[in-house]
Amino acid sequence: MTILDIERRPEVAAASEASRRRLDEIWKTPPGIAGFLSTVDHKQIGIRYIITAFAFLILGGIEALIMRVQLGRPEQQLLTPEQYDQLFSTHGMTMIFLYALPVLSGFSNYLWPLLLGARDMAFPRLNAFSYWIYVAAGIFMYAGFAIGAGPNDGWFNYVPYASRQFNPGMNMDFYALGMIFLGISTSAGAANFIVTVFRTRAPGMSINRLPIMIWGTLTASAANLLVVPAVSLAFFLLWMDRQFGTHFFDVSQGGQPLLWQHLFWIFGHPWVYAIVLPAMGMVSDGLPVFCRRPLVGYTPVALSTVATMVLGFGVWVHHMFATGMPNLALSFFSGASIVIAVPSAVAVFAWLATIWSGRPVVTTAFLFFASMIVLFVIGGVSGFMTGSVPVDWQLTDTYFVVAHLHYVLIGINLFPVAGAIYYWFPKFTGRMLDEELGRWNFWTMFIGFNIAFLPMHLTGLWGMPRRVYTYPDGMGWDWLNLITSVGSFLFAFGILLLLINVVKSRRDGRLAGPNPWDASTLEWSVPSPPPPYNFAVIPHIVSRHPLWEQQLQESDARSSLDTGYLLDHGRETIATTSLDSDIDLILKMPEDSYAPFLLTVAVSALFVGLLLHWWWLAAVGGFATVGAIMIWLWPERDLGQTADAGHG
Amino acid sequence: MSYLSGAGVKADPVVALTWGVLVISIAVVIIVSILLLAGIQRGRSRVAAVDIELQQVERRGNALALVYWGTAISTVVLFGALVWTVAVLAAINAPHAKPMLTIEVTGLQWWWKVRYLSDDPSRTITTANEIHIPTGQPVRVRLIGADVIHSFWIPALTGKTDTIPGQTNVTWLEAQRPGVYRGQCTEYCGEQHAHMAAFVVADTPDVFQTWWNDQLRPAAQPTTAQEVQGQVEVQFRCGACHMVRGTDAGGSVAPDLTHLMSRKTIAAGTLDNTIANLAGWIANPQAIKPGTRMPVLNLSGQEVSDITTYLQLLK
Repeated sequence: MTILDIERRPEVAAASEASRRRLDEIWKTPPGIAGFLSTVDHKQIGIRYIITAFAFLILGGIEALIMRVQLGRPEQQLLTPEQYDQLFSTHGMTMIFLYALPVLSGFSNYLWPLLLGARDMAFPRLNAFSYWIYVAAGIFMYAGFAIGAGPNDGWFNYVPYASRQFNPGMNMDFYALGMIFLGISTSAGAANFIVTVFRTRAPGMSINRLPIMIWGTLTASAANLLVVPAVSLAFFLLWMDRQFGTHFFDVSQGGQPLLWQHLFWIFGHPWVYAIVLPAMGMVSDGLPVFCRRPLVGYTPVALSTVATMVLGFGVWVHHMFATGMPNLALSFFSGASIVIAVPSAVAVFAWLATIWSGRPVVTTAFLFFASMIVLFVIGGVSGFMTGSVPVDWQLTDTYFVVAHLHYVLIGINLFPVAGAIYYWFPKFTGRMLDEELGRWNFWTMFIGFNIAFLPMHLTGLWGMPRRVYTYPDGMGWDWLNLITSVGSFLFAFGILLLLINVVKSRRDGRLAGPNPWDASTLEWSVPSPPPPYNFAVIPHIVSRHPLWEQQLQESDARSSLDTGYLLDHGRETIATTSLDSDIDLILKMPEDSYAPFLLTVAVSALFVGLLLHWWWLAAVGGFATVGAIMIWLWPERDLGQTADAGHG
Repeated sequence: MSYLSGAGVKADPVVALTWGVLVISIAVVIIVSILLLAGIQRGRSRVAAVDIELQQVERRGNALALVYWGTAISTVVLFGALVWTVAVLAAINAPHAKPMLTIEVTGLQWWWKVRYLSDDPSRTITTANEIHIPTGQPVRVRLIGADVIHSFWIPALTGKTDTIPGQTNVTWLEAQRPGVYRGQCTEYCGEQHAHMAAFVVADTPDVFQTWWNDQLRPAAQPTTAQEVQGQVEVQFRCGACHMVRGTDAGGSVAPDLTHLMSRKTIAAGTLDNTIANLAGWIANPQAIKPGTRMPVLNLSGQEVSDITTYLQLLK
């Protein structure tokens, strides 16, 4: 179908005050509780994602600090073993599942349509739904912890310890059902991102003009769509074993403990890349702005993003090197785990080259992005060490791996996220974060983090195992643990400074204007904060850096930002073709809707019923789910996307 | 527990490889840090953050070469490390000579059951948590999973191999010099994962043979009235779980106590094997190792004393 098949040709015009007012009427969400529950605005949903993820980050951080008090000295008895086990398991669950991906989903939700020149995500209601499910699943998983039945077998949840025989409480049932529950959110969000990027880009934004962050989230989303079913299946089988006596993992009946590990890690390792690639994309997009030049090596970096993910599907066994596999298999996965460092090297050297050939303006955001390069390399080389099988047989399940994974997750997720907050906060709120407080914030976090986690490598090399609630005196580990505990509190204080800065600057920060960093991408072409409709007219793009064309002078063509498709007959945006981004048709967007929230309530009832064996509630929830889906999918003439009959 | 130095033919190549990749890693971090700091220093703009638009945006220089060279050199180094890895893997895969001795180690919540296998069934013995081996020869270790997954690890002698229910893994170790090498369970296995140490005691072959012969003897007989009383109580109170060979204590789900006093620690390395510790452990194991499978038996002080006195005989 081409533009000619559309029932009306969209009007091309310059944005006017009148059209802005009209668009505002069409797109705005009413204030109050009604708007809160029904909005499908990607910006509101994005901010909610970020705030909710930070709430979980704070919870997970408090759990970590309690553990660090326990481990600060040998033979401490502050916590019982069971309390410690629930704390470290819940800490992992929280940070990996409820913070790391959702916070990136938040940024992507907020920024994608703005980066792409669209008025919303491809499926706005699905977007709201994935947020509500995330919240509901998070509450569900934490409900177990609140009543003393949090997960107690680590986030990786190995069987047989997770089976009913060894773990008779409800801990595992909360966790297993919670993970399946959360998987709905992840899958829905991932599908939405993929369709959004291939359908709603501004005309002219061909695939080689996408910001790297889009590449990162797109790649991560494709991976999630493929791997989340594996972990949902694993948890479902576990739940069946526990509740109905099936034997998937029951050794006495021929079940296989290693089946769990394969299913879990074929999900778990790609997941690690899914929670760092979008953040790496933020750095690839943000860092060049402060270096005052385009990213060096756009194409290699974009390709390395995809290559990392592809290779990331072939490394899961490096979590299982000690399970007694044959040497040939070990060698293969060792090779894959070492080779996967190559695309990471591409990104690192591209960032270094960008700084090297730029004129860096040292802002707080720049400090976070630039320091991430070193943290990434430290996490990368320690990962390379664990990729070497004989070395891994020593390193695995010691504190060396704990140090490694915190450099990866904090270094490549939290530091870029903190940088992204400094970078995009003006866009979110219209106000700048305080740079002075920002310096304190950065240096406290950076120094605290390294005090906490750099010596931890040595703790591991000196043989301290992971997941122990205490350790004997005289092993040489005590002073190292004390340093880590002190550093962790300093690091936590740094994060507190970030939160203080956000609260303070939200109220009285310097006004930002549309483009305070003189940045190059489309989100900076609209007011801060953006209006509900994002773009008064849909821009037309002719380069990778639409806002830098005048400065770079690389061609005579100019992107059209002020004149474009008006699209003011209701909620509309433009659909374009997937590779070249040629205009395809007018996309009719849904109004605000309660359906996503209602569906979430129904699904929650279903899961609570399954958890408690209240089969009547599960049945009610099940029927309500079907009902809510029917309300959602009820045909609406206004949403018809096809051509008029005249051409038929 | 450090594995930056080893004590055997299996550990040495791994120690060298560990140091190798560690040095490469540290070098990479230093080089990247220098490149980063120098890069910032070199071109650092004088404009303040608020005036960022005053710093002209332009493509300067052809920095793409850094990406290509950096990636190329990284690839070569990574490939070299991979070749070294595979070579070490092949070198330590099997011992240079056929092991004369096979030991079966079972991981349990939260201790290690150790069986010495022999073609002569009368020489098969069972002990716990302390693995005696002769120096200068490879020893095969069969790893049995019984309840949940554990991981067997003696850092100075061998890397980790899991004990997994439903499958038997095999590893080997060899100690060059006599000594006591500490190890610990490294797969999370529940509440007392923290207290699941194992010790390998390496002795010269003749000392080892003497030890084995001693272990084959049945338990020592009580002589004093208190020892006799202690034996009665052990049979009655402890015998359902623990074995004392030559008595009615015939349990097999907990450590064999026949030669308890020949071991240096109790409760899988949790406590030194002293009279006081032993008495405290017997009186209230849950206070020392919460969650341990050994219950609190509410013994009187006299009973604890009788039992402890008898156990002192079991050398």
